[in-house]
Amino acid sequence: MSDPNKEWPLWEVFVRGKGGLSHRHVGSVHAADAKMALEHARDTYTRRMEGVSIWVLPSAQITASDPADADALFAPAEDKVYRHPTFYKIPDGVTHI
Amino acid sequence: MYTTDLSGKKKAEAVAEDPAKLAAFEARVAADDFIEPKDWMPEAYRKTLIRQISQHAHSEIVGMLPEGNWITRAPNLRRKAILLAKVQDEGGHGLYLYAAAETLGVTRDEMTEALLSGKAKYSTIFNYPTLTWADIGAIGWLVDGAAIMNQVPLQRTSYGPYARAMVRICKEESFHQRQGYEIMMRLASGTAAQKRMAQDALDRWWWPSLMMFGPPDDKSPNTEQSMRWRIKRDTNDELRQKFVDISVPQAEAIGLKVPDPALKWNETRGAYDFGAVDWEEFYSVVKGEGPVAKERMQARQKAWEDGAWVREAARVHAEKRAAAKLAAE
Amino acid sequence: MDALVTYALRLGDDSLVLGQRLSEWCGHAPALEIDLSLANVALDQIGQATHFLALAGALESKGRDADQLAFRRDVMDFTNCLLVEQPNGDFAQTIARQFLFAQYQTLLFAEMARVKDERFAAIAAKALKEVSYHATLASDWVVRLGDGTEESKARMIAGLDWMWRFADELFLMDDVDVAAINAGAGVDKAALTAAWDSRVDAVLVEARLERPPARRAIVGGRSGRHSEHLGHMLSEMQFLQRAYPDAEW
Repeated sequence: MSDPNKEWPLWEVFVRGKGGLSHRHVGSVHAADAKMALEHARDTYTRRMEGVSIWVLPSAQITASDPADADALFAPAEDKVYRHPTFYKIPDGVTHI
Repeated sequence: MYTTDLSGKKKAEAVAEDPAKLAAFEARVAADDFIEPKDWMPEAYRKTLIRQISQHAHSEIVGMLPEGNWITRAPNLRRKAILLAKVQDEGGHGLYLYAAAETLGVTRDEMTEALLSGKAKYSTIFNYPTLTWADIGAIGWLVDGAAIMNQVPLQRTSYGPYARAMVRICKEESFHQRQGYEIMMRLASGTAAQKRMAQDALDRWWWPSLMMFGPPDDKSPNTEQSMRWRIKRDTNDELRQKFVDISVPQAEAIGLKVPDPALKWNETRGAYDFGAVDWEEFYSVVKGEGPVAKERMQARQKAWEDGAWVREAARVHAEKRAAAKLAAE
Repeated sequence: MDALVTYALRLGDDSLVLGQRLSEWCGHAPALEIDLSLANVALDQIGQATHFLALAGALESKGRDADQLAFRRDVMDFTNCLLVEQPNGDFAQTIARQFLFAQYQTLLFAEMARVKDERFAAIAAKALKEVSYHATLASDWVVRLGDGTEESKARMIAGLDWMWRFADELFLMDDVDVAAINAGAGVDKAALTAAWDSRVDAVLVEARLERPPARRAIVGGRSGRHSEHLGHMLSEMQFLQRAYPDAEW
């Protein structure tokens, strides 16, 4: 009855909540083609006026980092505090900086 | 509760895991960290989650049927729109949950097949029939009320995709219980016939609602592990007590009587004492002997089989279009 | 009865009956996502029905609200077109009905959004956004099913064949339509046929389907002469209001 290979592919859904915001991952849908994926995303994830724009992309197309590499990827940023504005002391009276 | 473990009385099997990884995992969960799909996790955790999330999803999907039974007979346009939107929400919630389970390496088709073959469980409550319009009120008020009680803490469950699905579900469900109570309120203050309908619905749905929280704690062997893993936040009996304490005054406020002669306020405990749940009935319904269990499964099977040619056609069409596009390039 | 009342009733009845039909799918669709899509279309139609029936009740000014009009009239007083009351059948038949009707509604509301009577224009402007999506959704499915498998193609042809008999009635003009146009509320539906033909044909071509052959149109809905199906639908839909006439819900 259900050959898993024959299931409609999975698509990841990204919705822009309102103008000026970036698209945010909200979930996934199954769909046979891109247009259907958009329609399913619209009918599933924007029923309460949650969005003004939708992206869909096949889940299989996502390349994700491996959690095992997390230290190598993200820990080196930990000691680069000078990238954050709070690292710098500015006298209280000085403004617009 | 949609998320009650209905797997039976067996204790989860132990699988040999790398002790260092296991310890690190347990420490993360204990520190309220979230586990994400690609993170290492013990096999028992993955299996328990797949079972719990898919069971929850199945409950949403089968749960569309008892209420769907009244969409075409809703008494006015407002009620019709509300009920249709609510049942549609349940379909959406099933979808979110299936997607969360899919991140654990199981396909939706596999889960569907498990449901249709009777291998997978779903909440016992949906194997009771909706006989009058008041049942729609009772389901919203009691069944959704019970579900919310369990789902709210699950927004902070340890598995990220499950927690995020629960956040969305809880947000959307906030109107479900209110619309149910509103229906009951209207009926209870209506004509004699309506009042009778409301009381009858409460009489039939009260005990099955208490069963939704699952077997008593001493018959729920996996509770301890599930709570440690934060895929369960309160015990069955704690939630059941909380539900009774909240629901009894709600019934009284609209002049309905909870069908439990043993129900009595206990001043010392600051809680209601209530009668014994018929656990024999509960275990029969879990086994598939609920009054309309066959009807529910038949409806799901029919929808799945009748839809097969549609799903196939869309797939074939997509393949044709992809091939044509390739040929044109 | 005042022509504008009838005109609003017809619009309301079309949406009500179609919304009721689509809601029958809830929980039974071929895929979970399709279940949600059909429910959205049904909710839009029920919303349109509520607006148009409320307007009909207000224009009539006999104290009947949208619910009384929806739940307390019998078959001969329903003025919807025959197309929308047709049974769901299989998914292809439902899509055929939705496709033909949504293309019509899109053209109709695009015109009605510009009429002088602001009450009609306002409802139409809101509904136009909804039905444009319905038309896209249904057209996409006609293409997928028409150009899918042998089975889906056969089913799509059968679905269109079932519904095609009732398409002409959509564009039929009578005294009520003329009066509504003169009152600044109505649309010349006969003038929509060319655009409807070309939109429908374009989709059929993409779906690799033949246009069903012309045939004798079956009409009567606008004057209360319905198919056998509507009575059963109403007996279900109106059950509670009929069984408990004194009750409020």
